[in-house]
Amino acid sequence: MKRPLLSVEKLSIEFGQGSESKRVVDDLSFTLNPSETLCIAGESGSGKSLSALAIMGLLPKMARVPEGVILFHDEDLVGLSERRLQHLRGREIGMIFQEPMTSLNPTMRIGDQMLETVRRHKLATGAGAHKHIRDMLEAVKIPRAGDRVRQYPHELSGGLRQRVMIAMAMLCQPQILIADEPTTALDVTIQAQILDLIRELQAEFKTAVLMITHDMGVVAEMADKVVVMNQGVVEETADIRKIFTSPDAEYTRKLLAAVPRLGTAPTRVPQVFGEPVLEVSNLRVRYPMKSQGLFAPAREVMAVEDISFTLHQGETLGIVGESGCGKSTTGRALMNMVDFEGDVRVMGTNIRGLKGAALKKQRQDIQMVFQDPYAALNPRKNIAELVGEPLLIHRRGTAAERERRVAQLLAQVGLPEADAMTRYPHQFSGGQRQRICIARALALNPRIIVADEPVSALDVSVQAQVLDLLEELQKDYELSYLFISHDMAVVERLCHRVAVMYSGRIMEIGSRDQVLRNPRHPYTKRLLAAVPVPALDRKLTPAPLDETEAPNPIKAKGHVPPAVRYEQPEEGHFVAVSV
Amino acid sequence: MMPIYILRRLGYAVLILLGVSFITYLLLYMIPADPARQLAGRSATAETVANIRAQLGLDLPFYQQYFHYLMNLIQGDLGRSYIQRTEVSALISSRLGPTMELMAWGIGFELLIGVSLGMLAAIKRNTAIDRFLMALSFVGVSSPHFIASMLFLYLFAVNLDWFPLGGYGEFEHVLLPALTLGLLGSGWYSRMVRSSMIEVLEQDFIRTARSKGLTRLRVLFRHVLPNAIVPVIPMIGIDIGIFIGGLVVVESVFGWPGLGQLAWQAIQRVDIPVIVGVTMISAVAIVIANLIADLLVPLVDPRIELDKS
Repeated sequence: MKRPLLSVEKLSIEFGQGSESKRVVDDLSFTLNPSETLCIAGESGSGKSLSALAIMGLLPKMARVPEGVILFHDEDLVGLSERRLQHLRGREIGMIFQEPMTSLNPTMRIGDQMLETVRRHKLATGAGAHKHIRDMLEAVKIPRAGDRVRQYPHELSGGLRQRVMIAMAMLCQPQILIADEPTTALDVTIQAQILDLIRELQAEFKTAVLMITHDMGVVAEMADKVVVMNQGVVEETADIRKIFTSPDAEYTRKLLAAVPRLGTAPTRVPQVFGEPVLEVSNLRVRYPMKSQGLFAPAREVMAVEDISFTLHQGETLGIVGESGCGKSTTGRALMNMVDFEGDVRVMGTNIRGLKGAALKKQRQDIQMVFQDPYAALNPRKNIAELVGEPLLIHRRGTAAERERRVAQLLAQVGLPEADAMTRYPHQFSGGQRQRICIARALALNPRIIVADEPVSALDVSVQAQVLDLLEELQKDYELSYLFISHDMAVVERLCHRVAVMYSGRIMEIGSRDQVLRNPRHPYTKRLLAAVPVPALDRKLTPAPLDETEAPNPIKAKGHVPPAVRYEQPEEGHFVAVSV
Repeated sequence: MMPIYILRRLGYAVLILLGVSFITYLLLYMIPADPARQLAGRSATAETVANIRAQLGLDLPFYQQYFHYLMNLIQGDLGRSYIQRTEVSALISSRLGPTMELMAWGIGFELLIGVSLGMLAAIKRNTAIDRFLMALSFVGVSSPHFIASMLFLYLFAVNLDWFPLGGYGEFEHVLLPALTLGLLGSGWYSRMVRSSMIEVLEQDFIRTARSKGLTRLRVLFRHVLPNAIVPVIPMIGIDIGIFIGGLVVVESVFGWPGLGQLAWQAIQRVDIPVIVGVTMISAVAIVIANLIADLLVPLVDPRIELDKS
């Protein structure tokens, strides 16, 4: 029998010493063969990333490995000398990380960072080294590789930076490539390209890939074998087919059930909604930019350009799009947190330019829930103060009345415990914190809630619960949601209508089924095609890398972009046509 | 881009210098010491003192005195010393060389000691070494220069005889005063470098650098240090003012024939033109040092643009 390339046996990782120690990975075993892709899948806190770092010998100082071996060929990587590990890292085992924006040294040119690896492992010298770098950049399909080597990381987009990371990790043609959530921080269309690239390089160089991911869609896309981890323990190890057809572990089944799958939500009968609560017409947001010189013309970033839509009572409108498309700016404009042009009518009142008391009054009707529940709650205030703060600001009721209201709100969002009020945000999990944020947004009985990626920071199982809560609250209070998200599957699950934004404009808007099941605009089609599906045999065919990234939004002040005309292929379905 | 930036900064510099000259002049006008009486000596009659006062123009109202000074200043005339009867500009230029020499060595030692101790503390963070170094840096920043200078002079020059007692000319003369300045000033930098390094050590790109198989030293000097030093560079410009304050004392204690000593003597004898002259030169030095520091930052960190005021 052929021996595996890498074999992890009964690996445990602990933090701290003695009785204080906490076991974060327990009894992990798996093998990895040449040319194979193994995915370690799990939610946050499963210990999947630490396991990858243990293989590299890059565990944080506080962590130690009390038991287990990591055999690479005949060598045990656990307890190997730093010198020997340095020799293996980058040369035999390469690694790429989750955050391409922060994983490259900002003060070093791309070429120099790559050259370092080449020199360290004595791959080539002089002109040969430079050629090797350019070849590798071309292998990861970076356009104009010759120019890129002289650029600094901040001059490249996230997708290109991740390509640079991959090129750097592949320089020595390592036998193993460890990819820790390599596409989590990227837009779906870029994700599809990066996954495809990894597959291609793997085939070319016969590399074994160890992929760490929380996304079952990515697992289905990439894996030959899967290790499902939960709270440091292996729930199941099986080949991909078994995981998706007949998983053994209860946890795997739950995980797969919780993943929202694009295209699986039942078709909706068209609903009739109440009065319009939010009417947006010709909304435009531009951020001023510093001019480039004394006499250079003033410039602006066109963040949102001439968009219009209506939201009715009890309705959820999803705004989807990739990073930089203007979806979050739209949300901020509706909250009057940025200056805008055009009309935004909340309950019939135009909110443009409202200040002071009028603005405060208007905010009772429209409230916001943010993406990161960890950052959105002041850590020094307890839950009663946080949820009660809107009431205090708007001088609602007496102290006793406010307390009753807070208790009622917490019960509504599923945190009925009596002691919740006196606890602080850090004592709650991410999902609970997002519930607290929702309770706070509900405090003033708003009619509209703007939710900006409210479940993106949460694990899938928690995501499902928060989405359920949002639906329940909508039913009970006839709330209207503006649901901003990059996640098509979540939008499909929750929204009645969907608007697709690109480069500051709405490309397509209509009922959920019209836009997601019968997309008309090429951009919508591309976006939908790039979403990985957590099911077998539905591999993505990524669109060929086109370098026409979103048009540069920086324009001279007062620039008038060409108008967009909308066609209406069916009732209520509008598609942008460039003129 | 850059020439415009430098021109604008120099424009601000003129305003700063104007303000410095006004405040210095005003403060000297308000202090109770009387330069005329100082010059005339203890036994002089009231009439002699009044004569001297009129001679120096000190009997005029403040705004006239200041205006007069300013007009001369614009023509490059810093006035004459009351005591030595020579041009202030000549006095300053004869002292500038030694001071620059001592400053260069002092700042060099300050950075060398500060950055290396800060790096060491960051690598050994939360250990006994770290705590010892940080305690040491605290002693450094809080020791007054006049006590430390005399202590070092007594210990290393008088008792141990490692250094000459004072004087100027040879390389050995500059060592002890420069080390004194460097040691006392380094506490600042070691603390800053330490916290900045710790922050950078946690960054993702450090993990990337290690995953490439680079040696610890290479990671430290090529990846951690350049990023950690960025926030420290502007501090060097700001620190120059404090540094010059220490320079005045150290030069006087070690008998270093520089501007600091000149200033010290002038202050003791209320030699107003010299005091204002040295203050102006110091202000120019601070402004230039800050400008250079700000110009250096984008060279180390390409993300930073000069224009972000």
